[in-house]
Amino acid sequence: MSFLEFKGVEKTFWKDKSSSFTALSDFSLELEEGQFFSLLGPTGCGKTTVLNLLAGFEAPTQGVIELDGAPIAGPSRDRAVVFQGDDSLYGWLTARENIEFGPRMRGSRRGERAEQSKHYLNLVGLRGQGDKHPQELSGGMKQRIQIARVLANEPKMLLMDEPFGALDAQTRRVMQSELVKIWQTTKKSVLFITHDIDEAILLGTHVGVMHAGPASKLKTVIPIDIELGRDRTHPRFLEYYTLLRGLIEEEVNKSMLQEVES
Amino acid sequence: MTTLKQLGVYGIYGLSFFTLFFFWHIMATYVTPSVLFSPPLAVFVKAFELALSGILFDHVAISMQRIVIGFLLGSALGFPIGLMMGNFQFVKHFFEPYTEFFRFIPAIALITIAVIWFGIGETSKVFLIIYATIFIVILNTMAGVMSIPVNKIRAAQCLGANRMQVFLHVSLPATLPYILTGMRLAMANSFATIVSAEMLGANAGVGTMLWTARLFMLIDELFVGLLTLGLLGFATDRVFRYLIIRFGGKYSVVA
Repeated sequence: MSFLEFKGVEKTFWKDKSSSFTALSDFSLELEEGQFFSLLGPTGCGKTTVLNLLAGFEAPTQGVIELDGAPIAGPSRDRAVVFQGDDSLYGWLTARENIEFGPRMRGSRRGERAEQSKHYLNLVGLRGQGDKHPQELSGGMKQRIQIARVLANEPKMLLMDEPFGALDAQTRRVMQSELVKIWQTTKKSVLFITHDIDEAILLGTHVGVMHAGPASKLKTVIPIDIELGRDRTHPRFLEYYTLLRGLIEEEVNKSMLQEVES
Repeated sequence: MTTLKQLGVYGIYGLSFFTLFFFWHIMATYVTPSVLFSPPLAVFVKAFELALSGILFDHVAISMQRIVIGFLLGSALGFPIGLMMGNFQFVKHFFEPYTEFFRFIPAIALITIAVIWFGIGETSKVFLIIYATIFIVILNTMAGVMSIPVNKIRAAQCLGANRMQVFLHVSLPATLPYILTGMRLAMANSFATIVSAEMLGANAGVGTMLWTARLFMLIDELFVGLLTLGLLGFATDRVFRYLIIRFGGKYSVVA
């Protein structure tokens, strides 16, 4: 049995009694502990739905999702989410207090918390910024707080929903290589949602490609067999890129055809 | 803000008031001289007289007392109702007909019935101020709760916070700026209400002062009343703003 399993998951959203939208149908996915799984797919294919189901924010219409052998029922500290925007940070708390939020909720001692937040502030490269409030920090730094905040809570796995999607190209590059370093030190299992092929290959131990929506499912999973600290210009990198771009383009074309037909 | 800049701002405020009085003086003395339009100097003299005799302060004190009591009670009642309405659909739909109905009936429309029910004493005034305050605070609190980004709640849930913790550590602090803004608006509304209430049924207060001045054609005194109201409102709002920044600083976006 795998660490994380989606088994025949269907998710249907009902607008009203007569109209519904099926985002995922018979969606299955397996992920082993310690994998960094990049989930790649064209816009509107239901990537975020997969993440919301795994986070427990939404319940599947059919099928089960199991993490570490236990079925998922609602949000829990097992599965911490790094959101795309910065609106999940608490503006009335400092960076340090944001990071200590999880430990504080379960009543861990002040001294212990301070040590943890210090450790994770350093890990994400925010040394000396702990007393600032999120709104005083740049977009990249805010995402660093988010990453530190979920790590400090010691979840079983990390869920990241295009966390660098709103950053400028330069900052995104920096954050990507930082994330690789952080992942190498923590070896957490990660589900990383992205529509950026480049990012998916750069970060993932595995890249999963989704079919175009609606009623989407996993098309294929490709293990990325290159040493981390990957170089975008490396021939192997380009091979994976060409392969994945081909797979994605098929799906994009399909969804465009569907649009034309309807 | 630096102290120097702060001083500069007060300087501009001072200049602004001076300009008002200057043009007022020109108008009242040279352009439209009339017994019905007192020049500022006469008003200041009158204000000084009334202040010296203590009458002015008695009126101000009684009006402010009514406002503060009613405002605090109204806020204290409105705040939990607004929170509940924002958090629970049932409560929202239960109270919505009332808030939507009563907020279109201004407090001044209720003065007569308040005086009939509670007499011309303090109870009717405090009742009216509560009424003037409560709906604004309810609606702002509810709007605050409902405008919390869903990711703030979700983040707390997947960091292990339970329902109560989400409420105490996320919903409440995220709503505070809205509550404070609602209270500030309610304060302005309270002023409008107390003056009308005191005009129509009271023995003392700034509103009563205005009304008696009208009865006896004491134009100077009337102007003193108006000036007092403006200054009181301005001062109260400044104090409120100061309190927001001082104690709600990290929760507030107002400046």
